[in-house]
Amino acid sequence: MSRANWEVVIGLETHAQLNTASKIFSGASTAFGAEPNVQASPVDLALPGVLPVMNRAAVERAIRFGLAIGATVAPRSVFARKNYFYPDLPKGYQISQFELPVVQGGTLTIRVGEGEKAYEKVVRLTRAHLEEDAGKSLHEDFHGMSGIDLNRAGTPLLEIVSEPDMSSSAEAVAYARALHALVRWVDICDGNMQEGSFRCDANVSVRRPGEPLGTRREIKNLNSFRFLQQAIDYEIQWQIEQIEDGHKIQQATVLFDPDTGETRMMRSKEDAHDYRYFPDPDLPPLVIAAEWMDEVRRAMPELPGALAARLQNDYGLSAYDAAGLTASRETARYFTDALAIAGAAQAKPLANWIMGELAARLNREERDLADSPVSPAQLAGLVARIADNTISNSIAKKVFDALWNGEGADADAIIEAQGLKQVTDASAIEPIIDEVLAANPKSVEEYRAGKEKAFNALVGQVMKASKGKASPAQVNELLKKKLGG
Amino acid sequence: MSLTDQEVRHVAKLARIELPDAELERTRSHLNTMLGLIEQLQAIDTTGVEPMAHATELVLRLREDRVTEPDRRDACQAVAPAVENGLYLVPKVIE
Repeated sequence: MSRANWEVVIGLETHAQLNTASKIFSGASTAFGAEPNVQASPVDLALPGVLPVMNRAAVERAIRFGLAIGATVAPRSVFARKNYFYPDLPKGYQISQFELPVVQGGTLTIRVGEGEKAYEKVVRLTRAHLEEDAGKSLHEDFHGMSGIDLNRAGTPLLEIVSEPDMSSSAEAVAYARALHALVRWVDICDGNMQEGSFRCDANVSVRRPGEPLGTRREIKNLNSFRFLQQAIDYEIQWQIEQIEDGHKIQQATVLFDPDTGETRMMRSKEDAHDYRYFPDPDLPPLVIAAEWMDEVRRAMPELPGALAARLQNDYGLSAYDAAGLTASRETARYFTDALAIAGAAQAKPLANWIMGELAARLNREERDLADSPVSPAQLAGLVARIADNTISNSIAKKVFDALWNGEGADADAIIEAQGLKQVTDASAIEPIIDEVLAANPKSVEEYRAGKEKAFNALVGQVMKASKGKASPAQVNELLKKKLGG
Repeated sequence: MSLTDQEVRHVAKLARIELPDAELERTRSHLNTMLGLIEQLQAIDTTGVEPMAHATELVLRLREDRVTEPDRRDACQAVAPAVENGLYLVPKVIE
């Protein structure tokens, strides 16, 4: 079976939990991890006579998202009731938006793959709408009953719906990652996937090129990028095999089981929900005035796409570097802070250090950039000393380690205290070269016989004898002169 | 438009309403009367009229994002049929 004869069509629906202090329609707290039901107010419990009152901050976050993706923020949108019965939804309906969502259209540019094969793609968004989350059902055995925790009921969500513009699991993951970075960038969602603050449903179908769209199956509730990738890959394979075996795909909702790596049917089209949406009479239309939009727009940070373009145009960084530095707002801020001190000429070395040594070190110690022991100012100071030849790149790694371990306030103090200054004084290097030449007559002979490798070995010996402090360029030059003479 | 018995049973099921056979015909006739009224409305030409979701001119009031609700779990759970470890207990549901 080959995938080559098949075209894959994927659309994503993402639920981003909005980082408000209180719920979307009540004044109960949204904090994660509280004792069951201590954050379930009468509104969240749907006690008789209660009425929802909309949280301004949830709307403001929806506006921010709309602006970030270049969408139309609807001047007037409508809340609707989505009706279904489940014990973690006490009202018997979820307040959502249906015909007139608050955010309409928009696009997200994604970067897929790495290196030479990397490419950009523009994914169109259909809509994003405000809604409330449901509670949690616990199915452990409570004497044959289920336990219900309604702390999460009424937590504000933005459901973000893409067009079916992705054609591989790699593109779907790239989209999910870009969206995840963006919601954190504009500070509307904490992006914590373990806690369920950002979760995806994937609609997947396959077809032979040129044919109309195939029947889709929806994989629910994927809460990690790895599961998203695995679930889509399994689903694609499964659908192709079904069709090649002469079966038809039935529209269905499926769940991904991370233990088996398989998807399995949750419900078929026959028992698909019939939600009977209608406008919620408790909530008049949401009106967003142009003045409010302008106010939110003025407070928006520079967006990652715009910043990445600026880094390429103004500092000559590659698309790869620019994408890496704008992968999160923390990384971007670290880079721009360091750049402001080190100067524009150091953009490329700074990018290399941040995405290389610093990222690797943070990763190894499982730390966030926010708690990096090396500050942007310290990194800028280090890069400046490489640029002015005070230290070589290999010594710079030592200085970086020392900064990381808090052995000095800045690069200069460490270089001074540990005597790491590069030796560029010929009169200091020459005696070392003489010693090395005297001790390695064989290498000298080999070099004179035309072996370039022998020269490198000699350079290495000199560098070692100088404890790495000699300037490699100068060692090269002096050594050549001596051997030639 | 006229509903069939099957459609009436389906609507009752969606609404979780138990509908004894003896009441089926009466319910069907009530619903058909309402649908007749809607048919009258649908006969009106609304070309160019913006759909209306609410009959009032009100717009949504917004509140500031502040936690104002204290923990009232004990009071709320005092009226619940069954609770345990802070959870509401309900007949077992697994989808």
